Amino acid sequence: MSRILSAPRAGIVIAVLGLLVMGFGICRGEMAVVLEKAINICMECVGIG
Amino acid sequence: MDNKNEWKRHRIQALWALLTNSYLVGFVQGKIYRGKLKNLCVPGLNCYSCPGAVGSCPIGAMQAVIGSWNFRFAFYAAGFLMFVGALAGRFVCGWLCPFGLVQDLLHKIPFVKKIDTFKGDRLLRRLKYVILIVFVILLPMFLVDVLGQGLPYFCKYICPAGTLEGGILLVLFNKSMRSALGWLYAWKSVLLIVTVILSVIIYRPFCKYICPLGAVYSVFNPISVFRYRVDKEKCTGCGACAKVCKMQVDPVKNANHPECIRCDACKKACPAKAITNTFQRP
Repeated sequence: MSRILSAPRAGIVIAVLGLLVMGFGICRGEMAVVLEKAINICMECVGIG
Repeated sequence: MDNKNEWKRHRIQALWALLTNSYLVGFVQGKIYRGKLKNLCVPGLNCYSCPGAVGSCPIGAMQAVIGSWNFRFAFYAAGFLMFVGALAGRFVCGWLCPFGLVQDLLHKIPFVKKIDTFKGDRLLRRLKYVILIVFVILLPMFLVDVLGQGLPYFCKYICPAGTLEGGILLVLFNKSMRSALGWLYAWKSVLLIVTVILSVIIYRPFCKYICPLGAVYSVFNPISVFRYRVDKEKCTGCGACAKVCKMQVDPVKNANHPECIRCDACKKACPAKAITNTFQRP
């Protein structure tokens, strides 16, 4: 616990901020877009078109 | 770093690559995993069209959301990168990126003259930031079709990981995909071949000059929770750490340099054991 408390403050603050930003994205439904893209073969990624 | 320690890191990289690509049946059938785990991003560059991939590439996820008709920015992927970057920085590049492992292994292939650095090396390293801003964010955001949808420009025109992890295998197994091959596949194959050849000669050229994920994590490296510390009292200034660093970082000058991938080579090379991993404030 003391190691966590003595961790660089900026890192901790930004990590928490990251979680909040991530949560905001999840709440507005971005995960569904990611899933939709990821479960179908990404033709651009593999170089088909 | 001696071979024993370096291979220890490679084993962890390989284990992580296997874990995040554990849909092994996909490699046999030439299909991709379609389960709900793909809601989640993985920290490294791992194409979600790799037959084994069980998670999503954060750079692909970011472009998918930015380029979708109903969103203009990807908070989910950006938040994920902030979270991982703030905790670990480029530790991800050194230990948890499958494409990093591929380049590490390729660099072990003997070659007449390995190149550590060259004129313009420092300047070229800024290219990855340009690629992040232009190809991952701006183009999918603004270069859109009539429906407001943008393409994943980085994945489509630059990323060789998609060709290596997904393109080759899927095309091998899938007859209909083979018939659809065109100039883009040829272009991406050329990029992959160039990356492979350069990786034999230069250590991790894709990570140093191209990777937008490395660019994101490098921004967080100086403030990440997991960090390196050099004990100035123990340090004798022998320069062994800087000499052994394949990313051309001098830990004594800046132990948390944006280019440091936390591979531990400097730690192992230090005769005074002055470099340590730490979670504590500088």
